[in-house]
Amino acid sequence: MENKHEELFILIAGRSSRQGTSMNESKFSKDYLEEIGTVQVPPEDMIRLGLVSGDLVCVRSDFGSIKIPCIAAKEKELPSGLLFIAYGDWSSRLMGSDTHGTGMPNSKGTDVYLSKVGSLET
Amino acid sequence: MAITRIIGGKIYDPTNGINGIVRDIWMENGKIIAPPVDPDSVIEKVIDATGRIIMAGGVDMHCHIAGPKVNLARKMRPEDKRNARHILKTPLTRSGTVGSVPSTFATGYLYAGMGYTTAFDAAVPPLGARHAHEEFQDTPILDKGFFLLMGNNHYALQQIAAKEPEKLKHFASWLLDSAKGYAIKLVNPGGVEVWKSGGANIHEIDEDIGHFNCTPRQIIQGLTQTAMDIGLPHPVHIHCNNLGLPGNWHTTMATMDALEGRNAHLTHIQFHSYGGEPDDQSKFCSKTIELANFVNSHPEITVDVGQVLFGETTSLTGDGPLGYYLHKVTGRKWTNADTEMEAGCGIVPITYKEKSFVHALQWAIGLEWYLLVKDPWQISMSTDHPNGGSFLAYPEIIQLLMDRNYRNEILQRIHPRVLERTSLKDIPREYTLEEIAIITRAGPARTLGLINKGHLGIGADADVTIYNESPNILAMFELPFFVIKSGKVVVDKGEIRLQVPGNTLYVSPSYDHGFVPGIRKWFESFYTIQFENYAVEDKYLSGDGTLVPCVKK
Amino acid sequence: MQNELKVVSNATCTYCGCVCDDIELTVENNHITKAKNACVLGKAWFLNHSAGEGPVARIRGKEATVEEAVEEAARILLEAKFPIVYGLSDTTCEAQRVAVAIADWVGASIDTTTSVCHGPSGMAFQGVGEITCSLGEVKNRADLVIFWGSNPAESHPRHWGRYSTMPKGLFIPNGRKDRTVVLVDVRRTKSAPAADIFLQIKPRKDFEVLWILRALVKGIPIAESDLADTGVSLEQLLPLVEKMKSCKFGVLFFGMGLSMTRGKHLNVEAALALARDLNEFTRFYANPMRGHGNVTGADNVVSWQTGYPFGVNLGRGYPRFNPGEFTTTDTLARKEADAAMIIASDPMGNFSQAAREHLATIPFIALDTKETSTTRAATVAFTTATYGINVPGTVYRMDDVPIPLRPAFESPFPSDEKILRALEKKILQMQKQKLEASN
Repeated sequence: MENKHEELFILIAGRSSRQGTSMNESKFSKDYLEEIGTVQVPPEDMIRLGLVSGDLVCVRSDFGSIKIPCIAAKEKELPSGLLFIAYGDWSSRLMGSDTHGTGMPNSKGTDVYLSKVGSLET
Repeated sequence: MAITRIIGGKIYDPTNGINGIVRDIWMENGKIIAPPVDPDSVIEKVIDATGRIIMAGGVDMHCHIAGPKVNLARKMRPEDKRNARHILKTPLTRSGTVGSVPSTFATGYLYAGMGYTTAFDAAVPPLGARHAHEEFQDTPILDKGFFLLMGNNHYALQQIAAKEPEKLKHFASWLLDSAKGYAIKLVNPGGVEVWKSGGANIHEIDEDIGHFNCTPRQIIQGLTQTAMDIGLPHPVHIHCNNLGLPGNWHTTMATMDALEGRNAHLTHIQFHSYGGEPDDQSKFCSKTIELANFVNSHPEITVDVGQVLFGETTSLTGDGPLGYYLHKVTGRKWTNADTEMEAGCGIVPITYKEKSFVHALQWAIGLEWYLLVKDPWQISMSTDHPNGGSFLAYPEIIQLLMDRNYRNEILQRIHPRVLERTSLKDIPREYTLEEIAIITRAGPARTLGLINKGHLGIGADADVTIYNESPNILAMFELPFFVIKSGKVVVDKGEIRLQVPGNTLYVSPSYDHGFVPGIRKWFESFYTIQFENYAVEDKYLSGDGTLVPCVKK
Repeated sequence: MQNELKVVSNATCTYCGCVCDDIELTVENNHITKAKNACVLGKAWFLNHSAGEGPVARIRGKEATVEEAVEEAARILLEAKFPIVYGLSDTTCEAQRVAVAIADWVGASIDTTTSVCHGPSGMAFQGVGEITCSLGEVKNRADLVIFWGSNPAESHPRHWGRYSTMPKGLFIPNGRKDRTVVLVDVRRTKSAPAADIFLQIKPRKDFEVLWILRALVKGIPIAESDLADTGVSLEQLLPLVEKMKSCKFGVLFFGMGLSMTRGKHLNVEAALALARDLNEFTRFYANPMRGHGNVTGADNVVSWQTGYPFGVNLGRGYPRFNPGEFTTTDTLARKEADAAMIIASDPMGNFSQAAREHLATIPFIALDTKETSTTRAATVAFTTATYGINVPGTVYRMDDVPIPLRPAFESPFPSDEKILRALEKKILQMQKQKLEASN
């Protein structure tokens, strides 16, 4: 059953080592798809929202929405209220297409809403 | 092989003493040949130049047309191109943009369209040589080369300070060979290094440049001698310290004195001819007479002018601190790009205005130079493109030199104080066509040591420009009738008929390989690329590449 | 099977903008088994490459000859009213030059991955200019190194070791000890522990903080309240400003954290202006952390051939430049492009939804070394050899230094350059035929 309680976060899409290395094997490799298909959430926010690593969450922006598993970010890496997804197919779905006359849409610092979808154990 | 004959043209070939004589020209295999004696010779083409004027293809010995800083200037200034002339593609030719820093294809087409067949980029850092060569490959028609920056090169400075002329000589040879450059270039010797080290600039040639324990004088003398010892076709090419500052004529004079009778070329001399004081603009004046007198009595020195023309252009120089200075003075956007161990660069848009006292004086000083140097073989035409103006302004300069009424018309229009601060209004001299041929092709070719360029004698490269004779000097030089490159018609009344790649002109001085380990050790300590990846391979040459020999005297 | 072993020294890695050219490759049976000196990204780049499988050319998913595919590709581009050519960052300059030529002949838009990377930085540069230097200047002179919106530990792993913080240099005899390293980011990334000073700013506040820094450098009084919501305080900024003014040589390396967030080119403009302002006091520079190996080469090639760096349209027979109008995200998302050629890039994997949806509906050609979402959706797909591993050529490092490639082994697949030359030839032939037919 979906939990409709949504919370506002700011999403940063960026590079990661694992995204970079796995991409060289293949963009269809398990490692790559996993790395770009996971959202990192600050530990204190995980606790507050009742999430454990592996839970499916819905991340929604003004431009699209995705359902992907979440994982607790390493201690202190993300301040409360910030999410991180390694660049790729999933993060791109949350990105708008308006480039504001620059050719580049805003892909960092996007307002998104996070809600729990379900736990993998149920 | 097939021969082309040009008939009926009036030839101006000062190198061979031909001054307005109607004579045939014969070309075969890209060279000028003697009239064939074999009656069975196949004459493939006859070009009728009756009533027209013929000169060798133009030679621009100092311009900025390719390489890292030129490309930065292109990227930096989209506004300079939007409303400027567009170069449309044709089934044969690529499109391009113009403004003050044209794109590469446009550069080749525009020069050729104006009757120029050879051009030299004035300042490339060795680390960027590969880039300059790539751009050259995309600059069609012209034969081209570049001067290699050395006046702020750390290894060179070290050898100069240590008084090791042998090491310096072998290093300079190795460097030119690695980069496939053409000549040794000094830009604000020592001054760019002072700027990069956190200082302001150099103003006197005996100032110590700090860490390297040498002075600009020593750099100038050291590398001037090196160029002679290597036997380079072109002597050291010097952009003096203190460019642009009122009072800098002292620095120029001191530089020329420091040469002590050695062969040297001083570039864009107009920018180095100012009297007055840095802090009092009202005292700004011309010192061309004094400096030209020196040049007139020193045939071993050659200069090119660096003429300023009114309008919008871009200052684009290896003189890093000059870029900063221009930014402070004009308030316009500024780009600086320093290259490790080697060089700097500054780029600032600039607009020269008729009503500005300083700009108008600069314009007048350039013209004074042309008119006061007695021997036209010692002075070459340039605008230091694009610093003083575009190369496209060369026909206008020709008009200013050949028509004193036109010159005086403009003198009456510009800032009035210029009339009293220069001698220009009192100089009645008008250039003849022969003298124009000297300063735009024969002289630059000779100064560059290009024995097959700039003239139409037997054995010369068959680069020929055919002009329509006209009292309208501007129209005549802006749009030649035909331009021939290596014996083939490439431009027909402004339209490109054949796109040839042109050749890279470069030197490959020999050096003692025993010196290389020392160079390598230094390189590997301080650079950030591999030693093996520094030298430029043959495949980067344009066309077949033309190796110009060094001749040790 | 013959066990061929060879070692290629001074090989160039093109994975990221560091373009390290000191890699020593051990090649066995057309496989790179060792990549000495390479970082984790470089090792993955080299070691995961194999000679490739499958057909060179496919039309609508089915194997075709190269000639058939080239002809179909030429037809697609020539029949289009608004074709676009995009990508180019992961290939040689030699190939890039042919791609721009093709765009010229067919009157296409030509755009590179710069437009979704440091395009905004390019725009900022056009606004205020930039004070830059080659990486060796940083190695030899920099005593203050700032990273803003960049996570080099994960994006450019050898940057610090080879160029910017660790190396001993001519005027930096003690290497890291002679330097102060500052990191400014919204996350405490893996780069943070290596920095002397870490400033965690709030997302979307870079513009404000950069302008406040500019004000402080110029001695304009700033109140603590001006910094509200930025995540940093005067107590943190004032000493930083002192360091910036009093250093001998400072450099600010900036990444996507500035160019991809609210403000974009305005953020970069502020950073470039800050570096410029500091030249009143010392030597100070601002350099972009360029991403993919040869995106800098793409910028340079497009600039020298057209006069403009990216987002160029050649549809009127001459180059026109307008980010937002001719950049690829826009021409796709607004459904303007009716055909495309995507070279060495994967927009199907990285672009916005609207752009990707439209790309899937138009005929397009893709050239790539590996299978991607883009090649899978292409009308005509070419599998090509990998630059730097199979193919020689020229690439440009993030600081504009041109570097040659030393390939490790040959590939049965053609290079991008070879396919593009065949395509250019075909296009010119078809255009000539059309012209002759109409006369």
